[in-house]
Amino acid sequence: MATTETAGPSSGGVHAPGRAAIAARQLRTDRWWLAPAVTVTVLTVFVVYSTWRAFANADYYAAPYVSPFYSPCIATNCVNMKGGADLQIFGPWWGLSPALLVLIFPLGFRLTCYYYRKAYYRGFWAAPPACAVAEPHRKYTGETRFPLILQNVHRYFFYFALPFAVILTYDAALGFRDAAGHWGHMGLGTLVLLVNIVLIWVYTLSCHSCRHIVGGRLKNFSKHPVRYRMWTWVGRMNAHHMAFAWASLVMVALADLYVYLVASGAFADPKFF
Amino acid sequence: MSAAPGPKANGSAYTARFRVWRGDADGGELRDFDVEVHEGEVVLDIIHRLQATQANDLAVRWNCKAGKCGSCSAEINGRPRLMCMTRMSVFAPDETVTVTPMRAFPVVRDLVTDVSFNYTKAREIPSFVPPPGLRAGEYRMRQEDVGRSQEFRKCIECFLCQNTCHVVRDHEENKQAFAGPRFLMRIAELDMHPLDSAEESGLDRKSAAQEEHGLGYCNITKCCTEVCPENIKITDNALIPLKERAVDRKYDPLVWLGNKIRRR
Repeated sequence: MATTETAGPSSGGVHAPGRAAIAARQLRTDRWWLAPAVTVTVLTVFVVYSTWRAFANADYYAAPYVSPFYSPCIATNCVNMKGGADLQIFGPWWGLSPALLVLIFPLGFRLTCYYYRKAYYRGFWAAPPACAVAEPHRKYTGETRFPLILQNVHRYFFYFALPFAVILTYDAALGFRDAAGHWGHMGLGTLVLLVNIVLIWVYTLSCHSCRHIVGGRLKNFSKHPVRYRMWTWVGRMNAHHMAFAWASLVMVALADLYVYLVASGAFADPKFF
Repeated sequence: MSAAPGPKANGSAYTARFRVWRGDADGGELRDFDVEVHEGEVVLDIIHRLQATQANDLAVRWNCKAGKCGSCSAEINGRPRLMCMTRMSVFAPDETVTVTPMRAFPVVRDLVTDVSFNYTKAREIPSFVPPPGLRAGEYRMRQEDVGRSQEFRKCIECFLCQNTCHVVRDHEENKQAFAGPRFLMRIAELDMHPLDSAEESGLDRKSAAQEEHGLGYCNITKCCTEVCPENIKITDNALIPLKERAVDRKYDPLVWLGNKIRRR
């Protein structure tokens, strides 16, 4: 955590005067390190892979499939996507990968997500590494100061995530065409994009900010029966937010990888009909 | 002390190796005991057997032995738990079971800690503000309006969440500024209460949670939820909704503008 000094363990922690004099900083006998280790491994692999793909600026379109990392494509240097979300807002002066213009939004949504915060605070910053396992930091101010106070903008990223989900839904629908643009066809890539967008929708709609906005902020549910019903639905999904977060993270990378393999010619998309 | 630890031929009984912290505020140590365990027993039973047979002056706070009074909070193999709700069957017979007092609070003696920090924090939370014009007995609320608060009222005040929260467990200096998950949940409970009239009386619980009770210290790592013996979803249902309510007040200009227009 940026607001946390890491010069050494606090003398005011479990070894503070007056507390039980136990030399060990923690006494857990289970494999408490496993969850943070898995978190660090998976997130690191994802960050490395997505950074490479975002900067690659190649092999992101294999008609009719577009990589979710490159949609919407809002620069003129995007490849022609045959009816896709190819908006060309940024002129030819933009010479870098068009993915860099849009990925900040899904990245921000996940970075400020209440679940991912738990995961990376535990995994990367060891604040704390696991419950009742003493953290290594001497001082802690949490999300009370800059920059972590900015985590409060999560709901804005949620608002931005909605049009992104709509665009990726459109991309998945375009997957029911063949490479020439004729409708009524389907391949393995269509299925990959469909699974990806379903997972993105459930992850987005199960978000804690969404739960608050649809009804959680109300004091009297009985005066707002429709919003109460929506809050109940989102609440049910919200209970699985962690599972959706991981599933959609892995799937979005797999969807991109699939498009990459097809676009680069490493693999031919099997057609169902 | 009885025989060496491990399974015994005597039916389902066996001898377990226990390490129990003994001492007071001036110092102490983990001491080893071999003690008999019978089928169906919980850790508190074993602590009572130790008291009865080997350590008559062992201090332990307990009351109901049914997971409802919240007295026998301790740390078992490093995990904050109620001793009365921790079955011995979750441990292998040859496993050493370590029992220590809660490590976020000052120790009184052996397994007993001074939890008065929590009572201080409880007093800092403004209580329910009765609605004007309604007398006791005239309150009418619909189930869907009180459902959220009812979950929080399951709290037995065992203070395991307060003990586990790293904000105060690992940083004694934060005790002044941070109310802890149990009392932030209390604020959420009152703020969601359909008849609480705090706002009408000028008390903004949402902003106060952030500014006076240290809501911002919470980095939602969910340890409070993990250790709650009542399975209250403290983080998802109380702390995060409270953070979102604080965002409504302090960080969302759209909500602020909407409220201004509606008030006119």
